[in-house]
Amino acid sequence: MTKIFSLALLPVAAVLLSGCTSAPSPADVNKATADMLKGSFQARGIATLDRLNQDQANAECAAADATGKPLDAKMTQAIEEASMKTVKWPSDGKFIGDWKEGEKIAQSGRGLTWTDTATTENGGNCYNCHQISKEEISFGTLGPSLYNYGKLRGVSDPSSAGGKAIVEYTWGKLWNARAYNACSQMPRVGHMGILNQKQIQDVMALLLDPASPVNK
Amino acid sequence: MKFNACRAVLVLSGLVAAGATHAQGTAAEGIAKYREMLQDGNPAELFEMKGEELWKQKRGPKNVSLEQCDLGKGPGVIKGAFVELPKFFADTGRVQDLETRLITCMETLQGFKGEDIAKTPFGRGEMANVTALATYVATASKGMRFNLSQSHPQEKMMFATGKQLFFTRGGTHDFSCASCHGSDDKRIRLQDLPNLTKNPGDGIGFAAWPAYRVSNAQMWGMQLRLNDCFRQMRWPEPKFGSDATIALSVYMGVNAKSAESIVPAIKR
Repeated sequence: MTKIFSLALLPVAAVLLSGCTSAPSPADVNKATADMLKGSFQARGIATLDRLNQDQANAECAAADATGKPLDAKMTQAIEEASMKTVKWPSDGKFIGDWKEGEKIAQSGRGLTWTDTATTENGGNCYNCHQISKEEISFGTLGPSLYNYGKLRGVSDPSSAGGKAIVEYTWGKLWNARAYNACSQMPRVGHMGILNQKQIQDVMALLLDPASPVNK
Repeated sequence: MKFNACRAVLVLSGLVAAGATHAQGTAAEGIAKYREMLQDGNPAELFEMKGEELWKQKRGPKNVSLEQCDLGKGPGVIKGAFVELPKFFADTGRVQDLETRLITCMETLQGFKGEDIAKTPFGRGEMANVTALATYVATASKGMRFNLSQSHPQEKMMFATGKQLFFTRGGTHDFSCASCHGSDDKRIRLQDLPNLTKNPGDGIGFAAWPAYRVSNAQMWGMQLRLNDCFRQMRWPEPKFGSDATIALSVYMGVNAKSAESIVPAIKR
């Protein structure tokens, strides 16, 4: 067999020699999977190999998903607190931008794949997983519906004192969803640099501006 | 271009389904109907025919056909081979899927350089031939049910690592395979997503590839299907035939036990 195929196999083979017979032990599987991750991928375009470096939250949450055992309370708290510390609040103090721009960002699924370039304007991919405005019928169901997001939460004026808690929560959720739910499936939109501050302000408007179709 | 074609199909499926009651049903029904409309002339058949020709033709530096290729059921036996792959092969000492096994045969029987084929982009040169051959071989098991072996230690290890990889979160968006394929009745945009952590059923998930994709007029084997999943997940690119792709295939294939293969399928 060719070099590429036989070399790729070595990590698995080595583990097998050490602990053969029946079902592989969890430690062996962990090691083999880590080796597999290292050997099976190649950088392409902007999708470089460092994207596979696991942070602790990703590793803990993946293990919880795979085993079906949720994280313990202590780990959950630790991840949420650490995530909360990463949230950057708007530098100009503005939480709410332009909902029309926000709708365009929510529609766009572009950016950050190996077929995109560093200058591609990233979209939010929001409709991939969420219902948002009522007009768009092509939406995903991986996340909850966000239709009437602000209205349902009683935000009639996002700049009012009464709306402050929801406005800040929404910003934090967009910036790093793990601040509120340790193993959230939602991308860490601000923290990972998927959207910039201005874009997040616009998406905030889509969700919270009473003039946005989302709240009609 | 690709995007526009997708949109057109989404609009079409929306129109077809406009009368039905809830969104989930409408999307699935619309797309099923669309697929049915196209089924009459599934272009995948052209790839199957091309694959059959390639299988029987004397080719490569050694000028030999692939008719003695052993895909797991003995030299030259293709019927039923696909629904038992990936599996462990003693001659190469590794677990292989259909596409990597075909390259093994092209190397050992015909004298091609497997390494070079594996590096060829999808749809080009000998890689395009691998896809056609895979379509031909897989189609010979149409209607048969998946039954992957889990008797060899390497097969068990591939299942276990495949499962772990399936749940591994990575890339800029922290996506894993399970983000989209980890629970029932989910969609991305209007596209229904099979739950691949359990048996997704006949003709769904692992049992639906290789498939012809209408939106970009390409024939996709499982290696390309996985490659594009990782692209959309914003991960780096999986190497063709790498352990990660084989392990995921073993995980999905074992989960799909008894599911019927509908290959060659047609996808929007």
